[in-house]
Amino acid sequence: MSTTTGTRTVRTTCPYCGVGCGVLAEATSDGAVNVRGDPEHPSNYGRLCSKGSALAETIDLDGRLLAPKIDGRTADWGEALDLVASTFSRTIAEHGPNSVAFYVSGQLLTEDYYVANKLMKGFIGTANIDTNSRLCMASSVAGHRRAFGSDTVPGNYQDFELADLVVLVGSNLAWCHPILYQRLAAARQTRPQMRVVVIDPRRTVTSELADLYLPISTDGDVALFTGLLAWLADHAALDHGYIAAHTSGFTEALVSARAVGLDGIARQTGLPIETLLQFYTLFAATSKVVTVYSQGVNQSSSGTDKVNAILNCHLATGRIGRPGAGPFSVTGQPNAMGGREVGGLANMLAAHMEIENPAHRDRVQRFWRSPVIADKPGLKAVEMFRAVADGRIKALWIMATNPVDTMPDASAVEAALKSCPFVVVSDILAETDTMRHAHVALPAAGWGEKDGTVTNSERRISRQRPFLARPGETRPDWWIISQVARRMGFANAFGYESPAEIFAEHAALSAFENDGARDFDIGVYKNIDREAFEDLQPFQWPQPRQDTPAETRFFGDGQFFTPDRKARFVALTPALTQRTSAAFPLILNTGRIRDHWHTMTRTGKSPRLSQHLAEPFCELHPADAAARGVGHADLARVTTSHGALTVRALLSTRQARGSIFVPMHWNDQFASQARVDALIPSITDPVSGQPASKHIAAQVAALKVRNFGFAVLRRRPQALDADYWAIAKCNGGWRIELAFERDREWADFATKLFGCSPGTELSTYHDRANGQQRFAFFDSRGLVGALFLAPQPVAVSRDWVAEQLGSEFTDRRMHIGLIAGRPGNDVPDRGAIVCSCFGVGAKQIAAVARSNCRTVEAIGVKLQAGTNCGSCRSEIKAIIDAHNLQPAE
Amino acid sequence: MTEKLVIIGNGMAPGRMLEHLFEYAPGRYDVTIFNAEPRVNYDRIMLSPVLSGEKDYEQTIIHGDGWYIRNGIVLYKGHKIVAIDRATKTITSDRGVSATYDKLVIATGSVPFILPVPGNDLAGVLTYRDLDDVNAMLLAAQSRAKAVVIGGGLLGLEAAAGLQMRGMDVTVLHLMPTLMERQLDAAAGRLLESALRERGIEVRTSANTKAILGAKRVEGIELADGTVVPATLVVMAAGIRPNAGLAKTAALTVNRGIVVDTRMRTSDPDILALGECAEIDGHTYGLVAPLYEMAKVAAATLAGRETSGFVHSETPTKLKVTGIDLFSIGDFADGEDRQDIVLRDVSAGVYKRVIIENDRVIGTVLFGETLDGAWFNDLQKRAVNIAGIRDTLIFGQSYQGGIPQDPMVAA
Repeated sequence: MSTTTGTRTVRTTCPYCGVGCGVLAEATSDGAVNVRGDPEHPSNYGRLCSKGSALAETIDLDGRLLAPKIDGRTADWGEALDLVASTFSRTIAEHGPNSVAFYVSGQLLTEDYYVANKLMKGFIGTANIDTNSRLCMASSVAGHRRAFGSDTVPGNYQDFELADLVVLVGSNLAWCHPILYQRLAAARQTRPQMRVVVIDPRRTVTSELADLYLPISTDGDVALFTGLLAWLADHAALDHGYIAAHTSGFTEALVSARAVGLDGIARQTGLPIETLLQFYTLFAATSKVVTVYSQGVNQSSSGTDKVNAILNCHLATGRIGRPGAGPFSVTGQPNAMGGREVGGLANMLAAHMEIENPAHRDRVQRFWRSPVIADKPGLKAVEMFRAVADGRIKALWIMATNPVDTMPDASAVEAALKSCPFVVVSDILAETDTMRHAHVALPAAGWGEKDGTVTNSERRISRQRPFLARPGETRPDWWIISQVARRMGFANAFGYESPAEIFAEHAALSAFENDGARDFDIGVYKNIDREAFEDLQPFQWPQPRQDTPAETRFFGDGQFFTPDRKARFVALTPALTQRTSAAFPLILNTGRIRDHWHTMTRTGKSPRLSQHLAEPFCELHPADAAARGVGHADLARVTTSHGALTVRALLSTRQARGSIFVPMHWNDQFASQARVDALIPSITDPVSGQPASKHIAAQVAALKVRNFGFAVLRRRPQALDADYWAIAKCNGGWRIELAFERDREWADFATKLFGCSPGTELSTYHDRANGQQRFAFFDSRGLVGALFLAPQPVAVSRDWVAEQLGSEFTDRRMHIGLIAGRPGNDVPDRGAIVCSCFGVGAKQIAAVARSNCRTVEAIGVKLQAGTNCGSCRSEIKAIIDAHNLQPAE
Repeated sequence: MTEKLVIIGNGMAPGRMLEHLFEYAPGRYDVTIFNAEPRVNYDRIMLSPVLSGEKDYEQTIIHGDGWYIRNGIVLYKGHKIVAIDRATKTITSDRGVSATYDKLVIATGSVPFILPVPGNDLAGVLTYRDLDDVNAMLLAAQSRAKAVVIGGGLLGLEAAAGLQMRGMDVTVLHLMPTLMERQLDAAAGRLLESALRERGIEVRTSANTKAILGAKRVEGIELADGTVVPATLVVMAAGIRPNAGLAKTAALTVNRGIVVDTRMRTSDPDILALGECAEIDGHTYGLVAPLYEMAKVAAATLAGRETSGFVHSETPTKLKVTGIDLFSIGDFADGEDRQDIVLRDVSAGVYKRVIIENDRVIGTVLFGETLDGAWFNDLQKRAVNIAGIRDTLIFGQSYQGGIPQDPMVAA
């Protein structure tokens, strides 16, 4: 060990979305960690979003799984690995290789992913390895392969800045890929000719950037883009030379596209013809077009068709693989792309080779020198958990993901895990909704501890480097998988000692008998040693040889990876998807929010990320709410054919009538009943197997309760005895929203909730006629907890109250100020936090906006809000707009 | 030609009346004052700080001798009026001085209620009314012995606190179950009781004095339950009565106090009464705010000015005991239409209660923190509809006017 004097700065990569931002992490000798954007990383050039900026708040050891556990008892690694290896081996011996499965994650590093895929497909001999990328990327993969013969993202991030028209389809880029959004926003400011079109059933904050916003009907995308293809053809906007030279299947595609007609397109998209024509004209007239798409496209029963509908338009105009032109799928996970490269999906083999192709199988088997090779696609995520449920899968290993919260029909997934004879879960946390069902819990190393590579949405491979010591008995996933493989008798093929060796083997396989036949080729790194791996700079693939360029694009030369090297048009016939019914008349849409990520296992630890939206909610149109007796801030009961949940009603005209939105993040660790995936039926895209998580028939009703509550408290309570609760981290403790269907003995309830010891000092407020009751407990350190109760949704200054957990109460008379639930007039009330980085609230912004600051920039100068990560800039603009204070331009 | 104005009594009410009168009608009257006390007008409210030693007498003087001279007032100090002859418009003092008047103002104040129990005339049994009483108590306090205060009202508690600060061992005896029951609800009364105990003052509630014991000097008090509380000094602070004997003798209409109309005129139109001795519409008053209001009205009457007359209003009570902040106004009785808001912090010693009827404040008790007393008083006086500020009402003025809180977390 070197002496730890001062700080050490490590270049690494953010573990959240697929933008793949470079991060400079400093761990000081006293244990403090600082995180900032890497100014030299070509994804972000020093910027970080709110989530990335708060990474240092997410790496404490609270709740970490620090040692292996078998049936809940702590075990040593030898025992745990032996048990996993012997149980998998025995199950395979007794029931065949198809009786076991791995369910892995786009958060694994490429090296982890590679080893898992190799073990399953080359040594166990089944393709029963699928990944949570199935839930976000599979339709793009399938669409790419249908059109290009390979899973290739043709462009790079610079295209966002070089384009004259950027079309965002089903993408809330501002919240889900904030740094890309900011690059786009910055480019648009410097290039006034640039136009932005946003296509989304929801008027998200991203639409603030739009010159044209298309409030498309859910799943109207195939219609919109087939309509576009027909219109381009009818208005001489095609590149016939390109079509003839580099594509096949155009005629059939055009015939299908023309079958519907503009009126039909208008009906299926829910868009007026004028709006359609505005978009079509703009698209036709602009040669440098980038179409960016994300989950609104992928997570659909017609997801693959949507992808191909978009690709068809780019192929027909030859707008692909050129600077500022091309289709662009942006990924949701830090290493979804890396997983695709190693072949970690049940219908792929390895290194962009196909499982159905005997030559590919032969090649991979020879490279791996493996005893077997999977010869047919394995079970995709939804099928896999069905097979767990019906007993076909008898041993399952889940790594770095939380399917009980994220799979459709999540309650059935939970039941399947309960019934499965052997479940192994590798994770960083001791308690997740999935970990509850683990027979063997394996403590994985986390971000900041792990060492390897990830690939972002523009095919850029970057290093994740460790800057923290691995705590307890935690180990990297590649090590855990290799140890199990060795114990299953495959020691020769899994003798890895470092991630560098694995990366070199992965690079070698990508180049093995390739010679330009496959898109994925990083052969230049096939002999990389540990030292060079340590220093590896971010690079885009392909990199087959030393002389390849730093920035790359595919298909500019018109050469695709199909047998005839021509791109394929896909003939598509759009059709209306009708899911709603009299019982479930609303369309439920799900997705991410700005400051949380996935199932909150990391972001849920951060006070500043938890304050932006501290509660699960259902966004719905005020008219739909009124029709159901749902009032502002009431509790909403959302039901579908598969389940129900209870969340806060957020009334907003951003939501179209007839549709509702519930975020995907909340789960049993953070709320009483908010796992939205439990409401989603297992409807999947027939080609990609990706679940349709954004088009579910649903109904909403008001949940009538007797008492609403809001509490802040220093220690997280053991249990929450309430009919509704949602808990969020704040500085110095926790904040909880509560609701009760019956009255309780409130003083007792509060005492129990806060775990008060004798000698705790109590302040109370009672307005019995109005049903208002408040309790606050103090000890020598300050506020222990405060509970506010009311028959209506509790109206207190939540952020201010939560802040008081960290306040000193030098005079006991200050207790009374706390129970007021808001600051006095001598203290400014910030309101709900908008800017997480600087803790600036909506009321502050509104006040300054009313004075004279009428641009986002001016607000930034005055309050700093929006000047760090910038994730909140659209929200700041919305606040300015809401006060009608935009300067006349 | 100037008229002759004669005033019986030189307390705070007639002092204030003269200030107004000299403003309204300068030079109209020759003024003569007879004061039973041998001194100028001083601030009686400050007697408690004088007793406790936090102020001295000089700091309490409102009108020094110079003021009387400047305004041409003849002040007879230490003259008690013994007779009013309304026929001749003449009054006579116990020292044989007579004066005739065109207008007479009676401001004889109040007298302490002396418990009709054996021993009430023993040496060492005092009342708490004026500077002489304070001086007597201070003398007794020098013995550092044991004092008993009978009466746990405003006056008794101030006396008890003052004596305790002077080093005496003090017990308060109170007939009712809780202290200051006329001004406080039971909860605040109990908080006050424990605050006094914390300061070292013994309090016995539901304590019915049966007799004052002692041969020549007081030695103790016997309670109805037989308990004997030793004492070397007894202060009677069990209430006051309007001092209306002189008026009654003069055949003016007297009820509990001297009956006056809203312009402070007695049954004899040339005679006015004001202060604690006066009774208007069945009410008598002991707190300074309504007395000053009477002074203003009386001055207007004497000056022949238009006045809307005296209007009854609730007056807040404040206890002048250092370290105990207490404010109270209005009505705390339970009632069908009455609602209340209660704020309590035992460790901080804070209790606040607001009584509401038809969205109006009708009573307020503030204990431990009284900064907002004036604000609550104003809300009550103006009968402000508080429905819109109900949620922040009890937290006081500095919580008003903010942006309404949105119950939405996910905004």
